[in-house]
Amino acid sequence: MSTISKHLIALEDEAIYIFREVAAQFERPALLFSGGKDSIVLLHLALKAFSPGKIPFPLVHVDTGHNFPEVITFRDQLVAATNSRLIVASVEAAIRKYNLKEAGGRFPSRNALQTYALLDIIQEYEFDACIGGARRDEEKARAKERIFSVRDDFGQWDPKLQRPELWDILNGKISKGHNVRVFPLSNWTELDVWNYIKSNAIQLPPLYYAHQREVIHFQDKLVATSDVTRAVQDDIVTVEQVRYRTVGDMTCTAAVPSQAVTIDEIIEEIFNTRISERGQTRLDDQVSETAMEDRKKQGYF
Amino acid sequence: MNTLRFITAGNVDDGKSTLIGRLLYDSGSIHTDQLGILQKQSKLQDDIDLSLITDGLRAEREQGITIDVAYKYFATARRKFIIADAPGHEQYTRNMITGASNSDLIILLIDARKGITAQTKRHASIASLMGIKNAIVAINKIDLVNYDQSVFDSIVNAFESLKKELAFDEVHYIPVSALKGDNIVKNTNNTSWYKGKSLIELLEAIELNENKNALPRFQVQWVIRPKDEAYHDYRGYAGKIISGRYKVGDEVKILPANITTSISKIERHQQAVDTAYAGENVVLHLEDNIDISRGDSIIPKAENITATQSFRTWLSWLDNAPLQKEKTYLLQHRFKTVRIKVDSIDQLWDVNNWAFKDAENIRLNDIAQVSIRTNQGLVVDSIASNTANGYGILIDESSHQTVAAIMFL
Repeated sequence: MSTISKHLIALEDEAIYIFREVAAQFERPALLFSGGKDSIVLLHLALKAFSPGKIPFPLVHVDTGHNFPEVITFRDQLVAATNSRLIVASVEAAIRKYNLKEAGGRFPSRNALQTYALLDIIQEYEFDACIGGARRDEEKARAKERIFSVRDDFGQWDPKLQRPELWDILNGKISKGHNVRVFPLSNWTELDVWNYIKSNAIQLPPLYYAHQREVIHFQDKLVATSDVTRAVQDDIVTVEQVRYRTVGDMTCTAAVPSQAVTIDEIIEEIFNTRISERGQTRLDDQVSETAMEDRKKQGYF
Repeated sequence: MNTLRFITAGNVDDGKSTLIGRLLYDSGSIHTDQLGILQKQSKLQDDIDLSLITDGLRAEREQGITIDVAYKYFATARRKFIIADAPGHEQYTRNMITGASNSDLIILLIDARKGITAQTKRHASIASLMGIKNAIVAINKIDLVNYDQSVFDSIVNAFESLKKELAFDEVHYIPVSALKGDNIVKNTNNTSWYKGKSLIELLEAIELNENKNALPRFQVQWVIRPKDEAYHDYRGYAGKIISGRYKVGDEVKILPANITTSISKIERHQQAVDTAYAGENVVLHLEDNIDISRGDSIIPKAENITATQSFRTWLSWLDNAPLQKEKTYLLQHRFKTVRIKVDSIDQLWDVNNWAFKDAENIRLNDIAQVSIRTNQGLVVDSIASNTANGYGILIDESSHQTVAAIMFL
């Protein structure tokens, strides 16, 4: 524990407290692990909550098939290093099983299809609590999210049915078939996450740091070229010094121009930026004003 | 400085959303892309409607109301803040209670033209009842009364007499215009007669009681028993110190079993420490091998507290279905859940008229004093004497909904 502010310690205490509540109140919890920075921080906090014991639940990765390869490599290394159990839910398998149609457009997102794989794996393993890294500062629909968010048999979230969450008491009682999404990082901001990564010297996939990458200039965003995001005629393609501020699918996450190669430079960059994390990097949130609210109602994380 | 969590409460037209929008906007917490969306949503294209910052969900915008508590984050160079934005509609009082339970301070917003209303009294009473010790009375729309000091003074006087009935330690008064920005970040010449701090300066300066000197209370949240080779004999009791402090060597009793032992080791962040304080997650180790499970209390032996099974409490009803007296409910006090029955409704608090009355039923938004019995002993304090160990929630056994907030008397 190096120089860590009182504020960060309080956030860490809160998250550890939530993890222990999940372990105590649920039969079969799971930690949803995307390989992104928020879920890496979650794993780190879970290790602390149960140390020197093991984490009493598996990690679940919803693999869209459009992940950055370096994130998958990092995921597997981290799972091995922490002696965790990993379950992979495949979106491609769900597409075949349900004969799902891919989204249209230039860079079709599999976000909507992710829900099928997630709900399937919840049903298969009878998970009653799924822990995720969503934060209330990310987006307006998330600002009203509970720490324990109850979902019905269809994985649906109804803002009007959420329980009042009083003091630090978490009510995890649910009916059969229902499950709870748990958000230990609810009160963290993007800057808090980075400061915590710094103070705990947490390793991240390399694409979070500035590097050279071939990108397509698409509208006002930079999209990495890959097998699933190929350049077409008339595209402007250049090699730029970029980094990723969020890590989702290759088809829906944009890179940002950046010279920040150290964590201090990243923190400085975020501190000075005037555009939100999702606004700068997500190609899929801006389709409609209420895109996130709609997806959440359908069972999206 | 520690984080300050506060709730803003006021009538629906008092400009609460505008005030929050103003705090976020002036502290630079609104990102440019979000501003773009706000301008798109705002009816006047070139004028940003600050209230749209907090009106998040489409369902709410369609109805033009706020239906749930929204949490917003901002920071100044001095401090981090979490705002619980609770709606002013009477039918959504349960959200105000949720927001208040997660706040250290309340900003009561009063429309300078209207003065103190029934809703102001209601919000102030609830906050006080729930153990909030700090209040700021923001007299808003001061621009609409021509920045008249006498309007401000008369509202201050009226609230001062109201305050006698409330349990606030401190009340601060500020004349503001959330719309124009007067006295939000810095004081303006429009209210040159006001010599106090601006709202932000006040929020930055207020110090919180951290319960470190309060009665020592600890409940076991989770028992850590790795059961592997390296930690074969490890048995630690994890939990958050509710209040007070714990020290290695303390003689303690385990409640409700009432067995005595002493603390052999305290771990914090995987490191041994000598002393730990309120709010910290720790793992306690005990000298003797005792069968202890989640929900048991570890309390210094000299403390005059035992597990009891009948209580008088405040009950704040949050569910659409009214209380059924003959039914059993679950009461969750921290990590211990017991069954309860309400023996009697002693009196209902008519917060609008500030009077007690008899009642047969307790319905949504009612606040009442009741007598309850539990099937197992609980180790609790009154909310007035030790807030952190004086509350609980009531859960319906069949719907699993949280139906009431409980404050022990």
